[in-house]
Amino acid sequence: MSGAGAILIIGAGPAGTRAAEVLTGHGLRPVVVDEAPASGGQIYRRQPPGFKRSAKLRYGFEARKAEALHACFDSLRERIDYRPDTSVWSIENKVAFTVGPGGVDRIPFESLLLCTGGVDRVLPIPGWTLPGVYTLGGAQIALKAQGCAIGKRVVFLGSGPLLYLVAYQYAHAGGTVAAVLDTARLRDALPVMPGLLAGGLTLAKGLWYQNWLRFNGIVMRRGVRPIAAEGGGRLTGLRYKNAWGRERHIACDALGFGWGVKPECQLAELADCEMAFDALARQWLPECDADGRASAEGVYLAGDGAGVMGADAAEYRGELAALTLLADSGESTGAARRTYLKTRLRRLMRFRIALERALPYPKGLAAALPDDTIICRCEAVTAGDIRQGQTLQPQEINRAKAYTRLGMGRCQGRMCGIAAAEILAHQKGVPLAEVGRLRGQAPIKPLHIGIAGEAAEDDPDRATSI
Amino acid sequence: MKPLETEIAIIGGGIAGCSTALHVALRGVPVVLLEKRQAGAAASGVNFGGVRRNGRALPELALAARSIDIWRRLPELVGNDCEYAMTGHLKVARNDEDMAAMAAHAEAQAAYGCDVEMISRNALLARYPWFSDVAFGAAWCATDGQANPRLLGPAFAHAARCAGADIRENEPVAALEKDGAGFLLRSENGLEVRARQVVNAAGAWGGRVAGWLGEAVELWPMMPQMVVTEPVPYFMEPALGVVGGDVYVRQIPRGNLIFGGRSGTADLDEGFGHAITEETLCTLQRTAKVIPRMADVNIIRLWSGVEGCTPDNLPVLGPSATTRGVMHAFGFSGHGFCLGPGVGAVMAELLLDGETETDIEAFNIGRF
Repeated sequence: MSGAGAILIIGAGPAGTRAAEVLTGHGLRPVVVDEAPASGGQIYRRQPPGFKRSAKLRYGFEARKAEALHACFDSLRERIDYRPDTSVWSIENKVAFTVGPGGVDRIPFESLLLCTGGVDRVLPIPGWTLPGVYTLGGAQIALKAQGCAIGKRVVFLGSGPLLYLVAYQYAHAGGTVAAVLDTARLRDALPVMPGLLAGGLTLAKGLWYQNWLRFNGIVMRRGVRPIAAEGGGRLTGLRYKNAWGRERHIACDALGFGWGVKPECQLAELADCEMAFDALARQWLPECDADGRASAEGVYLAGDGAGVMGADAAEYRGELAALTLLADSGESTGAARRTYLKTRLRRLMRFRIALERALPYPKGLAAALPDDTIICRCEAVTAGDIRQGQTLQPQEINRAKAYTRLGMGRCQGRMCGIAAAEILAHQKGVPLAEVGRLRGQAPIKPLHIGIAGEAAEDDPDRATSI
Repeated sequence: MKPLETEIAIIGGGIAGCSTALHVALRGVPVVLLEKRQAGAAASGVNFGGVRRNGRALPELALAARSIDIWRRLPELVGNDCEYAMTGHLKVARNDEDMAAMAAHAEAQAAYGCDVEMISRNALLARYPWFSDVAFGAAWCATDGQANPRLLGPAFAHAARCAGADIRENEPVAALEKDGAGFLLRSENGLEVRARQVVNAAGAWGGRVAGWLGEAVELWPMMPQMVVTEPVPYFMEPALGVVGGDVYVRQIPRGNLIFGGRSGTADLDEGFGHAITEETLCTLQRTAKVIPRMADVNIIRLWSGVEGCTPDNLPVLGPSATTRGVMHAFGFSGHGFCLGPGVGAVMAELLLDGETETDIEAFNIGRF
């Protein structure tokens, strides 16, 4: 029997599911908290009860993986303390504060496995707040979960593996894809071909999607620069520059856009994990060793929340982090399996790095946005506001936040933080890492006063606390 | 590196320090300010944002009045209104004892030219129907207001720089010693400043600086923690606080409600305050009990900061009792946001004229 104390897994996607599988296999009973009503994460999100579309229809090539992961999780249900529909909004002194159907709860833990996944990496463009503009991930979820399209005539814009996948899924499902506009150029991909080939089947699938789209007559452009999403009151079209610098306009009633995925690291920050700047991803990531240990004692990281590597890697990393946790608490099995998993992950990492270079985040784009572009949509803070900072000339992103309300709204900077940092760094002429990052703070998701207040351990009639 | 030569060196870039720097620089006198982190980032930047005389201790009223005069002139003085608005302030009673105490205080305040009106429960509910029956009545001061703390310190620092002050951020002062007729200050980074006079505006750390001069004041760290909601339709013009301090709330025209009442935790050596989640839950519960409609609103952010509290909850303001040439301005005990702009004006007079027209007798360090 292992010496591990109470274990909390946050997230029931590929990483969280595999971690729970390992721990239950060793006779442990972890708590598994997940925001979604059913396991699977975003990538293998399940459809609502009563929906009957087949796995093949929803997950395409990944149907078997999705079904295997769902089956795995379902088989664990009796052996874990599962809390679906539940968000962790604060972590403090080894207690996670959650809010779910039963209100606010406290979950004390000895070990914490963060499998928090990722969210669309958004780069604001003029007009991106118009109704009809969605993230790529949002567009995909609408289709995957409920068979809904975001519009009748859809343009997909951005870069990254999701761009062609979502376009393919829409077209395949019978939607009208007006165009697929990639900000990456073919010549970005050529120098990193050897790394891309390490992706094997994943690369092949990516190329298949592109070819399928091309053979089905869908307009595909590379090397584009978006200018603006346009429309009065709602989206009617997109203006962009093509690879030769000529301005073009394409009519559409919906736009799905995004540049890959960014990790959700707020909970790692609240759990006192050190963050480090990743120059390739141009983002701050929680420090994580090759075995899945964070810098904070008793905290383990797996899946895209620890740095984006995709769903297959997430399954490996979930298993690896759980095995590491067991090893750290005195369990002697699993060493060979860990070595194997790390070998697989190294190969996936090579592919990941090549992919990041082949389909790069268009770093110059945010810096060049016109002053009147809204960056922080929660607080309506524009690029110009960030540059000026109320004439107080912020040197650092948290100062810009203090002066302008940037990142102070409902999303707490999860959507706008990256672009805002690019804008500020460019304005100051300093490297991106120097302007810092918007720090994660509780509550990381909005928290209802009435529901949370009911959990107070206090005598509310006692007149004063001081 | 050669020491910077200046007339006046200020330790601490909170509101008190930055306002002093501005008022000194406006008179053309060389001044250097050393701030350990960033101007206005500590207690000055993370407090509730109240600018009030309602319920304020009598010895502070003259300074508060002087400060509020400056608050009104912020656009001319620092080029930024810091979202200051004279919205009025309600001090809310839970029972008739609170009401009686507030009425007595209001009468005493009248002698200082501060008009405070007592409002009965019925009148209060007629004006502000969103109160629950926890509210027994209130004291109302129409000339009180509120502002955005995140802007005030940086705005004063910016204006001081424009007026010629040398504001150095990320320069924690490590040592202060006599040097001939003046003083030598040394930062942890090795920066040296030679000055004829020194201002200790080190906030929660001011007691330690006073200790270097042999007149340590034991400050009690206070870490008020604040919560802010998502924007909701504007319904609360005045800022309000319940007697006892366990609930205080204001709403900005954008719609967000800012409130607090409990205390977080802090480590003075580390330098940051941290909110405590359990205490936040208590604040949520208590606030919803006073203003029931807030129960249906989401909070989106919370924070805390460190402030220094003196034994009698009044600041230390005025000349050092041991060392000629040093002025203290610290230990504001949670009142520094309202008082800070005025503190700078008073300090400049003390430093450059040797006297001030504002009554600050009660704040002498010799009282401890």
